[in-house]
Amino acid sequence: MLRLLKIELFKLKHSRSVKVISSIYFILITFIALIASIEFNFGNIHFRVADQGIFNFPFIWHFNTYMAAILKLFLAIVIVSLMSNEYSYRTLKQNLIDGLSKKEFVLSKFLTVLLFASISTIFIFIVTLILGLSFSDYNEIGIIFSDLEYIAAYFIKLVAFFSFCLFLGVLVKRSAFALGFLIVWQVIEWLLYGLMKWQFFRDTEIADKVALFFPLNAMANLIKEPFSRLGVIQTAANQLGENFTKDYAVGWLNILIVIVWTFLFVYWSYAILKKRDL
Amino acid sequence: MENILTINNLTKKFGSLTAVNNLSFTIEKGNVYGILGPNGSGKSTTLGIVLNVVNKTSGDFQWFNGDISTHDALKKVGAIIERPNFYPYMTAVQNLKLVCKIKEVSEAKILEKLELVGLSDRKDSKFSTFSLGMKQRLAIASALLNDPEILILDEPTNGLDPQGIHQIREIIKKIASLGTTILLASHLLDEVEKVCTHVVILRKGVSLYSGSVDAMNASHGFLTLQSNNMELLEQALKGNSAFGTVKREGEYLIVYLNQPMDATEVNKLLFEKGVTLSHLVKRKESLEEQFLELTKQN
Repeated sequence: MLRLLKIELFKLKHSRSVKVISSIYFILITFIALIASIEFNFGNIHFRVADQGIFNFPFIWHFNTYMAAILKLFLAIVIVSLMSNEYSYRTLKQNLIDGLSKKEFVLSKFLTVLLFASISTIFIFIVTLILGLSFSDYNEIGIIFSDLEYIAAYFIKLVAFFSFCLFLGVLVKRSAFALGFLIVWQVIEWLLYGLMKWQFFRDTEIADKVALFFPLNAMANLIKEPFSRLGVIQTAANQLGENFTKDYAVGWLNILIVIVWTFLFVYWSYAILKKRDL
Repeated sequence: MENILTINNLTKKFGSLTAVNNLSFTIEKGNVYGILGPNGSGKSTTLGIVLNVVNKTSGDFQWFNGDISTHDALKKVGAIIERPNFYPYMTAVQNLKLVCKIKEVSEAKILEKLELVGLSDRKDSKFSTFSLGMKQRLAIASALLNDPEILILDEPTNGLDPQGIHQIREIIKKIASLGTTILLASHLLDEVEKVCTHVVILRKGVSLYSGSVDAMNASHGFLTLQSNNMELLEQALKGNSAFGTVKREGEYLIVYLNQPMDATEVNKLLFEKGVTLSHLVKRKESLEEQFLELTKQN
């Protein structure tokens, strides 16, 4: 296991583009902290984002993981090219000839995915902890470490998304096309949902139920948008007579679906590789 | 003798095309093998299968008597297929370090092997800056890192300039002289003839011949003769059962021997018949002639 990870890290270590994109990614995550400094005057009301409770424990776990997850697209580029470059340099072939088995090859890539997801998760945990400790109104230990399920969900979400990227890299062999395919796939999910919702199963909940199982949608559902949970928004909505009754928790079924997809993506990557003549 | 690779009834089909058809041969330790065949005869496909990158359709193969799995066996093999493949953004040394990690061998031999192929002064240059000849030499260095039981080379001189071809050949000869088993696939006959002791000849995925280069030539060679009385010479030859086919080629007569006979004997025999020779050469068919003969018949 360690040997495979070492091989993979050695390949990454010397690649400048990997280093640049990864650095940008982690710098952007820390930039979430900059939201704290947004302040402006609206009429005679002084508005400061940090005072609106977004950095309060435990809400901050939800908010930060949601925001940081958007940035995963940067690392997706690294993961996709990690795989497709092996095709374009024809080094996949050479690695196999040198004595790596196809199983070991896929495993080494998946281990890298796990590593990237772990580092990103630890990173967001630390950034969030620091931000929270600086701005949160509640600082009791019990509250600080409640709702940590969002951190777990963040990790699972990243692993699943990167595994999807890995699979696309194996399937399509070209980074640009694989990333394009990722976007196309998102559009397909929306179209399917739209068709079911407004064409085939009108006025039923079937569309929503089926969409739960779409890979990208399932990943998105792991951490739901946190904005409507904010005090300001809630108050405003109440004044307008709207009432949000949304479940923001991380659902078990959702976790299960995403883990099954992760497994399938990795397995399919292996199956494709095994079947293909290189 | 210790077997390094045994191939039994190996077949590979790409759709309706049969690239390798029921192929069997054995590679023994210490010999230098050549796989000969025209383009598209299945040489690279066969090597691809035993090197784990192409899936076989049927049949089987065994590395080192089948004691270990293919990918573990490949750690004891050095192989270069068609084109050198390395990470362009890494230097020569970095690329070789990666190969060491994959093969699970120590990195101690990197400089020694770079020296062997004459790349030590460029060891810290990025692979992307190398010329084709240098890339090919780096590939050889990489294949030698584990001091392999067998070195497999697929068209190692393809696309190189004469100087590059010469360098690669010298390296191959050097390695062969160290006693390493070599399997060399090529369509360049003189290349194989110069270094190989054994040959496997393929045509359209079928093996036409497999064995030693010497045994391949079952005939006793042929003579090229010339005399100032060609008619008398031809008569003398046709009247003797020791000689087979006689054919005229320009100013010379070519005659095939039916039994072992050296040039002195021939000269004496003809002189006794009143023929004085002005030209007498005895030789065996070159690999090229035998190869063309073999591939033509089927």
